[in-house]
Amino acid sequence: MTDDREHYEAVVVGAGPGGAAAAATLANNDVETLVLERGTEAGSKNVSGGLIYAEESAPYTVDDLFPGFREAASERPVTENYIHALADDKVRTLDLGDIHHHDTEWADAVLRRRMDSWLAERVHEMTRETGGGLLTDVRVNGLLREDGHIVGVTCDELDPIGADMVVAADGVNSELARDAGMMDWEEPEEWFQGVKAVVQMTPEEVDERFDIDDDEGEAHLFSGDLFEGVRGGGFLYTNRDSLSIGTVFHLDSIAAQQAEPHELLDNLLTHPLLARWIDADYHEREYSAKLVPDSKKVAHPSPHKDRLVLVGDAAGQMQAQGPIIKGMNHAVTAGALAAEAFVEAKSRGKPGKAGSIYEKKLKNSGTMSKLRPTSYRATAPVSENGVVAGVTDALARSPLGSVGLTVADKLGLVEWGFNSPLVLKTLPDIRTAYATVPEVLAKATGEVITETSEVQPPDLAERIGDLTYDTDVGNPHIEVQDNSWEASGTAVTACPVSALDFGGGCYREETVKANGGEERVVSLDTQPCVECGTCAVVADTHWEHPHGGKGVEYREG
Amino acid sequence: MRSVVLTKGVPDFREGAVSFDEDGHLERGKTPTVMNPNDEFALKAALQTKVRHGGNVSVMSMGPPGYKEVLQEAMESVYADDLYLLSDREMAAADTWATGMTLATGIEKMEERPDVVFAGFKTADGETGHTGPQTDWCLDWPIVTHVISLDIDEEEGILRAKRLVEGEFDEIETVEAPLPCFVVTDPEFEPTYRKAAHRLTWKDLREETQDRAENFEDHLTVWNQEELNLDPDYIGLDGSPTIVSSVDPIPKAPSERDATMVTPDDEEGMAEVFEEIAPFTTGAAEAEGD
Repeated sequence: MTDDREHYEAVVVGAGPGGAAAAATLANNDVETLVLERGTEAGSKNVSGGLIYAEESAPYTVDDLFPGFREAASERPVTENYIHALADDKVRTLDLGDIHHHDTEWADAVLRRRMDSWLAERVHEMTRETGGGLLTDVRVNGLLREDGHIVGVTCDELDPIGADMVVAADGVNSELARDAGMMDWEEPEEWFQGVKAVVQMTPEEVDERFDIDDDEGEAHLFSGDLFEGVRGGGFLYTNRDSLSIGTVFHLDSIAAQQAEPHELLDNLLTHPLLARWIDADYHEREYSAKLVPDSKKVAHPSPHKDRLVLVGDAAGQMQAQGPIIKGMNHAVTAGALAAEAFVEAKSRGKPGKAGSIYEKKLKNSGTMSKLRPTSYRATAPVSENGVVAGVTDALARSPLGSVGLTVADKLGLVEWGFNSPLVLKTLPDIRTAYATVPEVLAKATGEVITETSEVQPPDLAERIGDLTYDTDVGNPHIEVQDNSWEASGTAVTACPVSALDFGGGCYREETVKANGGEERVVSLDTQPCVECGTCAVVADTHWEHPHGGKGVEYREG
Repeated sequence: MRSVVLTKGVPDFREGAVSFDEDGHLERGKTPTVMNPNDEFALKAALQTKVRHGGNVSVMSMGPPGYKEVLQEAMESVYADDLYLLSDREMAAADTWATGMTLATGIEKMEERPDVVFAGFKTADGETGHTGPQTDWCLDWPIVTHVISLDIDEEEGILRAKRLVEGEFDEIETVEAPLPCFVVTDPEFEPTYRKAAHRLTWKDLREETQDRAENFEDHLTVWNQEELNLDPDYIGLDGSPTIVSSVDPIPKAPSERDATMVTPDDEEGMAEVFEEIAPFTTGAAEAEGD
């Protein structure tokens, strides 16, 4: 029965920066736009590191679309930017100011609950004018099809809704992108996993400990030997009255090494280098986690199908290349470009062409080449090849490598390398780049750290206990398809709210008697789930989001 | 679509709020007044009607001036447009009959006749469930009680409802009634908002109501006995045919059980606890006593 089916010109799924930018641009062009957000408030399901950039070369920035954004919704601007290479008790700190300022109009630290809920208020006002609006607590669970073509969305809480364009801005675990067969959750190599602690600190303490004014902020990155060889690094950003401290690792590395993400985060939090900023009064406001797509590998080259367009994380548009970590800005650009494409297509009387126009705009604006740099694609097959990677790593560790790096450092080449957009785009995803070079560099040229850490981070049970959940009773949103240890055991360690020998998390190891012997299996309790999606990639699961408004609710994000 | 919701202020019987004297009598002065809990479902039904069909919702109550706060609370939850309080010393100590007479007169005095009047099922103090039906009897409208879901066909001027009929087996009846109609909601009533447009309207109403509820007295009409042109012999205590022969306080529970305290680190004690409850976990034994 299509007669009384609701219809909007555009339905935007997800009220993060990508969805907000799409909706605002549509509304500015008088397109009747409905925005559906599954969180109880925009931002309550969202986590980011998080820095948001405004790039000089980008066609849209968040403050273009939302005037007053920086004053109202962001934390502190990043005015200083460093990377710390760590080995044993030594640190070599490099100034990343050049790469940070490259193509950067500004960059601010943000906390997503505050940021996204502010954006959502504006979006609701703007879209309401068009006859649409923004609704929270609604989970879009799939695509509405007619004769095999996408014509709208289906929801848990609402009847099916028709649309001339569906913008899937539903994040890294986009159910729409998967329903359309455009993204999958198969390869750990294609993802990063981030975990973060938001640490309480008064504005005065932030100013004093970082020696900055209240309108200044810092970004610090950490790499080297503190993460037990797992490929990735750490970050610290200053907020108004807190710090965001976290780690981001390649998911395949976490999986292969059976690493416990919360313990790697603790390695950073308790590192002596951080004792200059955090002390025995450590209070964690929130522990959070998220999957991050690696745009070099998964940014969809043609992110549209029928009336569906993908933007932001849903399309894999997350640029993470060495110290460059940019996602939200690309989501904003993509959202606005998708909206622009629809407006153009509609004015030509062919709204169905919006997707292909969007694809062209992504390419012509240079966005696609930032996400999928050709230089990486040219060199990765060689540099990420196992044998070559092994030789590279051994070379870097050799006396020759050490001398080479020391000389290069004296010549300023190391700092130059870390600040070179070209070098970073080409950076291979191997251990050498993340751990070995920083480690060798620190050993050869670093200064001794004299501080000792007094930080005692909460354990996993306390971290889960401090989170807010509205449990979707009777509706576990994840089902383990194959509970054998071989198929799904990695979830026990890789899940950021599970651990070996810990019974209070999502995944647990169990031994059951079967066929006269004992079998090692995993069991699942979705109550503590933070909806990051890790287990969907590393284990054999049927993974969906909880109903609208249900599940974890981030207060900081 | 015009709706009226009837509501009543009742003692807050919740633990910690309610106060009883030594003889088990309610201490009315020490117990705060709150909106009758069952009225929440009538308010939800009225809100659903307003969201789906637009129009106006009024909330009406009969009671002392202190009921204003109850009306304000009702306004906040139903996003009401206006409030009516029927208040006069002559109306005091009314039974359900005299109350129904007064409320019906209030409804008839409204400038425009409402299409639907909603009432909750039973008040927390009287527990009779009479006031709604008796008000309706005075209005002489069709009445649908125990309503759990509701739909209105404006064009046809018909209300369709599902009502829960409890019995040996619970049954759900689907009934139709012409407007104007009186609806008594069941505590099982659940509003449904399956259209985005409805939820957006709901959000608009919530925003609009915030200011209005803060200045609720600007939207409050108080009518006394004279203004309603009611004969004092038919309202209040004088108009109440109900005779209360006696009031028995609810007796206390006959006895207190013996409790044995066991802390989790008391291994021996915990073992005994497990031994005690073990038979019940298999369903092999029934609990003894009450």
